[in-house]
This record gives sequence, C-alpha cells and structure tokens, in this order.
Amino acid sequence: MTVKNSISRRATKAADPSDRVFTALVGAASTLVVALLVGFILLLVLDSTDSIRRFGLGFLAGSKWNPVKTEINPIVFGALPYIFGTIVTSLIALVLATPLALGSAIFVSEYAPSWLGKPVAFVIELLVAIPSVAYGVWGLFVLVPIMRNDVEPFLQATIGKIPILGALVAGPPFGQDLLTGGVVLAIMILPTILSLSREIIAQVPRLQKEGMLALGATKWEVLSKAVLPYARGGIVGASMLGLARAIGETMAVTMVIGNSSTRISPSILTPGYTIASAIANQFTEADSPVYFSAIVELGLVLLLVASVFNIGSRVLVGRIAKREGGADA
Amino acid sequence: MKKTFILLSCLFIVAAGIGAQGKAGLGLIKSGDPNEAKNLTGAGGTFPAVLYTKWFAEYAKLTGVQVNYQSIGSGGGIKSISDMTVDFGASDGPMTDDQLAAAKGGKIFHIPTAMGAVVPTFNIPELGKDTLRFTADTISAIYLGDIIKWNDDKLVADNPKLKNVDKYIVVVHRSDGSGTTNIWTSYLTAVSDKWAKAVGAANSVQWPVGLGGKGNEGVAGNVKQTPYSIGYVEEAYAVQNKLPVGLVKNKSGKYPVPTTSAVTMAAQGVVLPDDLRVKVVNSDNPEAYPVVGFTWILAYQQQTDPAKALALTRLLWWATHDAQSYNAGLEYAPLAPDVVKKAETLIKAIQVNGMQALPATISK
Repeated sequence: MTVKNSISRRATKAADPSDRVFTALVGAASTLVVALLVGFILLLVLDSTDSIRRFGLGFLAGSKWNPVKTEINPIVFGALPYIFGTIVTSLIALVLATPLALGSAIFVSEYAPSWLGKPVAFVIELLVAIPSVAYGVWGLFVLVPIMRNDVEPFLQATIGKIPILGALVAGPPFGQDLLTGGVVLAIMILPTILSLSREIIAQVPRLQKEGMLALGATKWEVLSKAVLPYARGGIVGASMLGLARAIGETMAVTMVIGNSSTRISPSILTPGYTIASAIANQFTEADSPVYFSAIVELGLVLLLVASVFNIGSRVLVGRIAKREGGADA
Repeated sequence: MKKTFILLSCLFIVAAGIGAQGKAGLGLIKSGDPNEAKNLTGAGGTFPAVLYTKWFAEYAKLTGVQVNYQSIGSGGGIKSISDMTVDFGASDGPMTDDQLAAAKGGKIFHIPTAMGAVVPTFNIPELGKDTLRFTADTISAIYLGDIIKWNDDKLVADNPKLKNVDKYIVVVHRSDGSGTTNIWTSYLTAVSDKWAKAVGAANSVQWPVGLGGKGNEGVAGNVKQTPYSIGYVEEAYAVQNKLPVGLVKNKSGKYPVPTTSAVTMAAQGVVLPDDLRVKVVNSDNPEAYPVVGFTWILAYQQQTDPAKALALTRLLWWATHDAQSYNAGLEYAPLAPDVVKKAETLIKAIQVNGMQALPATISK
C-alpha cells in the first residue's frame, strides 16, 4: 500500500456518504462498459469457433471467399481482400481528410473573423449528424459519375504516365472502387477531425500566442511555433478518431466501393470490398453454419484491425507528447 | 324466364368448366374457425414481403387471424424455422439437405406461394429503346468473364445492332445475399457446365467478374449510371422502374417476354417432384420464360399445437388457392394448376397428434 493510496482512502472516509454512493455508481458504470466489451469479444470468438478451427490462419491470408461447394471449388473463406480494402480505403480517407480538416480548423479558429468562424464551425458540426446512408446515396448518384468521367481519367492522364506510380491508377475507371470509397469516407470523417482539431487549437493558451506576437512574430510564426506544437498530440488524436470511424463505416462505403473481392491489385481504381460491407451484405443470407461462423469471424477481424490502429495511434500520440516534453525541458 | 334460366345455367357450366382446371378448392375459407389460433408468426425472404403484406391483411379481414411476417431474409427464415422460433418460415431458395437434416422439429415441407422471374437489364446508349436478345451461352459467358466486349461475335449473332459497340462489358451483380441471385445463378448452373463446376448456385456466390450493388436498387442504380453495363433484377422491380429488359432464349428456342403468365408456365406441364423442392429454371414448357423460381413457405409436417396447426393449414390452403388472385396485380406470378395440385397433397399431409391438421371439410 502506497502513501498516496492511504491518503485518498482517508479523504474518502472523511467525506460525505453521498460521495461513496457516487463512487459506487461511476465504478459500476465503468465496470459495465468493460464487461460489455469482454462479453462482446467472448461471443464473437464463440460464434466463430467453427470457422477458426476449419480455416485457421488461412482466414487471414486467403483471398478466396466461396460459400458454395462446386465440383472444382470447395467452400473456403479467406478475408484478405476485405482486410486489404478496409485498410486502403481508411488510409486514403485519412490522407485526404487530415490536411483539409486541419487547414480549415486553423482558418476557422485563427484567421477568420468570429462572425464568419462561428457559423462555419456550426455548419461543419451539423455535417457529423448526417446519417451515413445519405452519404452513400449521394456518393452513388453524384460522386461516382464525377469520379468515373472526370477525376479518374484525369488521374490516369497524369499519374498514370509516371512509371511505377502509374500502377496505382491502372485499369478501366468504373467509378466504383477503392478510391471512391476512400473519398466518401474522407468526406464523412472530415467534420469529426475538423471539429476536434478546432477545439484543440482553441485550447492553446492565449499567453503563449500573445508572447510570440509581442516578440514581433508574424502570424505564420505564431502558428507554426506556438499553436501547432502545442496542439500536435491532440490533432493526431483527432485524426485517429476519424480513422476509427472510417474503419467501421459500412453503408456509405458499401454503396460506392464496387463490392468485389475477386482480386487484390495495387491500383486504387480496382473495385474492392471492406470488412464492414462484407458483414452487412452477407450476414442475413449466410445460411450454412460455417458461412455464418465466417461472417462472425469477420467481425472479430474488424475489431482486431481497429485495435491495431488504435494502439498504433496511442503509441504515436505518446511519442509526440514525450518529444514535446523533451523540447520544453 | 325459361330462356334466362337456360342461359344462366349454361354460363354456370362454362364457368365451372373453366374453374375446374386447378381452381377447385377456392372459396372454402370464408371466416375464422373458432378452434384456430388467432396469431401466427412467420419470418423469411424479402422477395415475397410485398405480396405477404397484402395477403395477410386480407386474411385478417376474412378470418380474424393475425399473421405477423418479418422479412428478415431467406437465410434468417430458414434459421428461424429450424430453431422453431416461428410458426412458418419463408425462403426464395430451397433448403439444402444439410439444412433439412439440422431442423429441430423434424421434416419440413416446402409449400410454393408464388413465382418470380429475374431479368437481365442493360445500359447501352447506342441502342436507344431497342432490346437485346441473350442465350444461355452468351449470358453465362458474360458472367464468367469469357465474353468481355459487347461486339463479341456470339452477341452480334443474335443482336446485329451490337456490331459497332466496341466497348468492354461492365458486369453488375448483387452484393448482398438474395433469392434473386439464387434464381439467376441456378439458371446459369442449369445451362452452363463451366458455371456449375466453378461457381454454382446460392444466395451469394464467388463471382468471377463484376461489380456488386446492394439490393435491386443498387444493381439498377449501377446499371443506369454505368454505360455498357449489364445486371440482373427481379422482373417486378424492372417493370415498376421501367428498366430496359433483355429477352432470354428458352429451351425451345423462343424469346418469351417475361410476363407473369410466361413465368407461371415454367411450372406447368413439366415434371415436378412431389415435395416441390425444385428449381424450375430453364423449363421444358415452350411458352415459359427460363429464369424463374418459386418462393416457398416452410412448415413442419408434424405440428405440436392443434390450434396453431389448424390456423396454419387453413392459411396455407387459402394462400395456395384464393390468395393467388392477388399475385398478378403485384407483379408476382400465380402458381400453375399442376403446382397447386401438388401443394394440396403436401398441406393435407401436415399432421398434429397423428391426425390430418386440415379440416376434412376443406380437404374433401
């Protein structure tokens, strides 16, 4: 028992009894959350036992997803194309959304006059509340034709001409592919990253900024030397929250990604598939036990992918915070 | 007076003569039975949901029996009836032998309630309002990825207008598991050895090529927006949304327009097994549209609750007889007389406590 612990104990004893009730309540609440997660994982593992036993690691490494036994093709489930699609679309979304979100967060909180900044921030926060199926319908009917007719041919005419990089945009432009999935996701996670970054930038102590200005720094210098270093950890955290949303997003992506798991190719213009869309598409009609089990295992894999990203981002935020600490000292 | 009487009786005889062909058994259920359960629960496919909603509303008016149908998907329907959590299941694809063996309540009957067709739809700007003709060969080759351009010789042979359409075919299929896909892949399996060996038939399969759209609306949306694409949707959906519909050559070499009557013909005058657990694609009937299938209600042969058994068998009788008149209006094909006859045998074979569950007054 440490000194700190005994002090806090004594403090609790001395306090009002209502304090104890409250402690119990919040304790129970957090226990319940943890219990829910544990129960959730247990159920996923239990229901996917069939598939885990039958396919083992092949489930993660295999790229054939065949629910029907035929003369030459056995029933086999390999989730690699889904995992690949999930990671690629989420990364595209992150790469596209972060600079945009950060740019407008800086504009809204540092450059725009408050009569402009406040309503803009409000509108952006409204965007978070739009249901994802609405993004999907918009994506299918507005974005897909633009991607197919304008953006993708343009990419092929520019990047496509560069050796090696050209492979990224090879193949016929369908408009329904990993890139379009990523763009829809970017639009969806943009408001999340933006509103969080804006809050974080607003938290930068006034004194630091004013100090810089008093030293004769330009606006850019204030931003790059005082604001951004202070907010860096938070901004990375905001992007990671956006990424988490992108990984689990289902409906909007399903409607524009092409839902094809036939091949994994380096080109982002290939129709793809994400784990979440595979679950949404196939769950209701997964009519054999092993098929059902494989779909549940997909859920488990999705949880795994999300956890890996989450832990990765924790480490990243931690490193940044440490480096800042070092710089300050 | 006498003349009128003779005329009337002539009319009656003629009417009875028409009615006799498979239309016996109509009008036997006019009101509720005091001994029957007043609530039935069912779950299953989304394809018949529109029809069942109409049916069960009418049936409640007629008999006071409330039928609660949840359209959770055929897979869900099979699972629900296997676990005995519902009074009946519903499916657009027949249960497999493994599924039947896994059912907890014993033998399950497949009672057909309607038929549906799946049609190819396409988007080729050059064609304008012209339709396309497909054969078993060309459709399966397109979906296998063996025919990749619209001006392929095989396609041009049936459609001279495609000669100058030097474009790649964008193949669209359903991404979600569905009875529509089951009918489409069952047809491809029936007509193409290569398809049968490599892909097979099911609610969702491993597609050799193509983009996936979610639901009929997803496929139709993809085809509408993607020039030079081909997809497949339910016939009813194509009609309601005025999509271009391709014609498919049937076994006898004809190109029947997929009307509800051409769909019904697929199960008339052909050999059907007694359990009706059959795919009627590529029918021998020369008037039949070839890409069709049944949708079934799934019920246990051995019922345990007499009140429910009575309500269920009466409902099934009404569904396979009187209710068929609602089908065509909602773009579902009614059952052929041959099918109704076999369905009657199945309904009569449903038992509770070792006795026929259907009242003798109906089954006579």
